[in-house]
Amino acid sequence: MSIEHLILRVVIKIMFAPILLFALYVQFHGDYGPGGGFQAGVIFAVAFILHALIMGLDETKRVLPVGALKVLMVAGVLFYAGTGVATMLLGGNLLGYDAIDPASTHHAGQHYGILLVEFGVGMAVSSTMMMIFYHFAGREAEIRDEDW
Amino acid sequence: MTGTAFANAGILIDLSLLTMLVLVAFVMVRSRHLFAIVMMSGIYSLLSAAFFVSLDAVDVAFTEAAVGAGVSTVLMLGAMLLTVRREKPVRTGRTPIAILVVTLVGSALIYATLDMPAYGDGASPANSYMGEVYVDRTAKEIAVPNIVTAVLASYRGFDTLGETMVIFTAGLGVILLLGAGSARGGRAVRDVPDKDANS
Repeated sequence: MSIEHLILRVVIKIMFAPILLFALYVQFHGDYGPGGGFQAGVIFAVAFILHALIMGLDETKRVLPVGALKVLMVAGVLFYAGTGVATMLLGGNLLGYDAIDPASTHHAGQHYGILLVEFGVGMAVSSTMMMIFYHFAGREAEIRDEDW
Repeated sequence: MTGTAFANAGILIDLSLLTMLVLVAFVMVRSRHLFAIVMMSGIYSLLSAAFFVSLDAVDVAFTEAAVGAGVSTVLMLGAMLLTVRREKPVRTGRTPIAILVVTLVGSALIYATLDMPAYGDGASPANSYMGEVYVDRTAKEIAVPNIVTAVLASYRGFDTLGETMVIFTAGLGVILLLGAGSARGGRAVRDVPDKDANS
């Protein structure tokens, strides 16, 4: 293993977990503060993109294979649409979240519904962003420093 | 007294952010070095994110910082690797028609801003009608503190489903266009010129 870019490698190893944690915070805190599925998905993807930029795409693909991303992309959209269908099956409108918990006096169903669809958005966005990056970055061999 | 001091500081920050935005845009137009242009576009996004924060649009600022300054800069870098590092020099003739069109459109835009409501005006179209309805009803109907999330995920949940599908479709398009082979094994793909086409 080469020890090129040693400082960058150390920095990304330190930053990787906090970035993922911050993404999860943004994801599940979206109804209380700024953020939500879109932003969280992008931040989640950025952690892996940074990893790929510094460690190389092949290393990242060992952690997160393309096949898993394909599944996640579809699962995210289906999760969102599935929440809508579930509210219909529970007797409400499409994406009418009050049907999830109709007895609640403080609209708990809305909270659950928003969390569920935001989770679907986050899953779809993060996997799509990583997928796009994989495909752009996977076309060119590793570039040398003097090419810049 | 302190109120006006704060307001003045806000105006100064806004003005310096906007000035830097214009400067970065000029540098991007003048530069021929693609790597510098990509980095400048990232800085441009970051500056706009700061400007959105000063307009109290934190959700938009967040998205701009994450998508504009983060991911799209990286994607532009990735796309840049597939081409040359420098833009071809373009011979720029001084065409009077172009200057005339730019001046006309620019003055029309400035003239149009005179009709816009003042910043923070409570009676502006954006703050009345539906905006007001959402602000009034979110606390009663959704009971979620962030009104932006309530509008995005609940009132307009169907729109957001469409947006998610747009992103999914964009990813699908990239896979179909660039993904020959990489979906199976992830090997690097090179474009080999077609021999039959050359002969």
